[in-house]
Amino acid sequence: MAAESHELHVELVSVEREVWSGEASMVIARTTEGEIGVLPGHAPLLGQLADGGVVTVHESGGGHRLIAVHGGFLSVTEQGVTILAEVAELAEDIDASRARESLERARSEQDLAAQRRAESRLRAAGQPV
Amino acid sequence: MGAQLRVYRRRIRSVQSTKKITRAMELIAASRIVKAQARVNAAKPYSRQITRVISALASQTATLDHPLLQEQTDEKRVAVLVITSDRGLAGGYNANALKMASQLEELLRSEGKEPVAFLIGRKAVSYYKFRNRHIEQQWTGFSEQPDYEHAREVADALIDSFIRTEEEGGVGEIHVVHTEYVSALTQRAVANRVLPLVVEESDEAPPEDFVLPLYEFEPSPEALLDTLLPRYVQTRVFAALLESAASESASRRRAMKAATDNADELIKSLTRAANSARQAEITQEISEIVGGASALADA
Repeated sequence: MAAESHELHVELVSVEREVWSGEASMVIARTTEGEIGVLPGHAPLLGQLADGGVVTVHESGGGHRLIAVHGGFLSVTEQGVTILAEVAELAEDIDASRARESLERARSEQDLAAQRRAESRLRAAGQPV
Repeated sequence: MGAQLRVYRRRIRSVQSTKKITRAMELIAASRIVKAQARVNAAKPYSRQITRVISALASQTATLDHPLLQEQTDEKRVAVLVITSDRGLAGGYNANALKMASQLEELLRSEGKEPVAFLIGRKAVSYYKFRNRHIEQQWTGFSEQPDYEHAREVADALIDSFIRTEEEGGVGEIHVVHTEYVSALTQRAVANRVLPLVVEESDEAPPEDFVLPLYEFEPSPEALLDTLLPRYVQTRVFAALLESAASESASRRRAMKAATDNADELIKSLTRAANSARQAEITQEISEIVGGASALADA
């Protein structure tokens, strides 16, 4: 069983493409019910991720990866973790100044969905919101 | 220069400039196919995963009770979403999709249902307008490069009219007509029913040891189904849009290649005709000179 291994196989897919996949020791995400950390051997779980959230993947080689995830689901199975997102961006692909701009724009236009998206981008890029 | 020769030369020039245009369109379409095909493939992991998650969810919640899964047999109105292109010059692409749509509409009518048109692409819109048929809703301007946002807009409108009752102008079923990208040479217009949903595994068989996981849910299964199912419909519409975009480019490439080849052919035969016209002109001039000279000599 997968519980005996000390790695999680993580697949992060957005509607447009597969964003990232690899081995990880832990995945941290925030569902609508609250923060959750997934370790290898976690019981199967299907959760809805909170909008404008950030998923942290602790890679098994050390180091961690922040990913801005908007409108997604978290599926934990014995095979690993799958994150299905409407929009997902790796922290290193995020242009913080552009995210800041779109946040300002979303705030002035009162577009809540766009605001949440921009917030999650900024958080993943390690900027204060 | 004789009048006839001039006419030929003018036609050759005109065909040549047309050929330049069709050749450029062929090259553009060829480069778009590659991109569009890559997008079709890139979007596949998501639809595979969401199908798997919904199957697991469906297998676990014994009583699947969701409006999107419910057969609405009492409603006679049925939505038909037809995906076509905004621009023409794509061979039989639009004609095939529209033909498939009429076949489907006929079939639905024979079942006593009343098809209602939802159209994507300027070509479908003008086809229906010309025939004075009612258009429930229409979207144009993104047929070649569709975004997920577009798919969401279309899917949400469809879901919305599905949930409404007949009296409120709702529909009881939703069908989608799109063009399947089989290969660069074959594209096929297909009709599928999207709502009410029938949850099925994708065409690839799951691996031997694959068991649907016994999930815990966060939040409740009902709430999850509530957000997952519309997402699933959006994914289906998005996939249909992407496939149609790839098919459109492939059809256009083929049509433009044929047009370029025809132009070549035409230039060749026109050049022959022009040459023989020139030859005839020279012959005539010579015989005129010879005739004139001998007339002078006789005098």
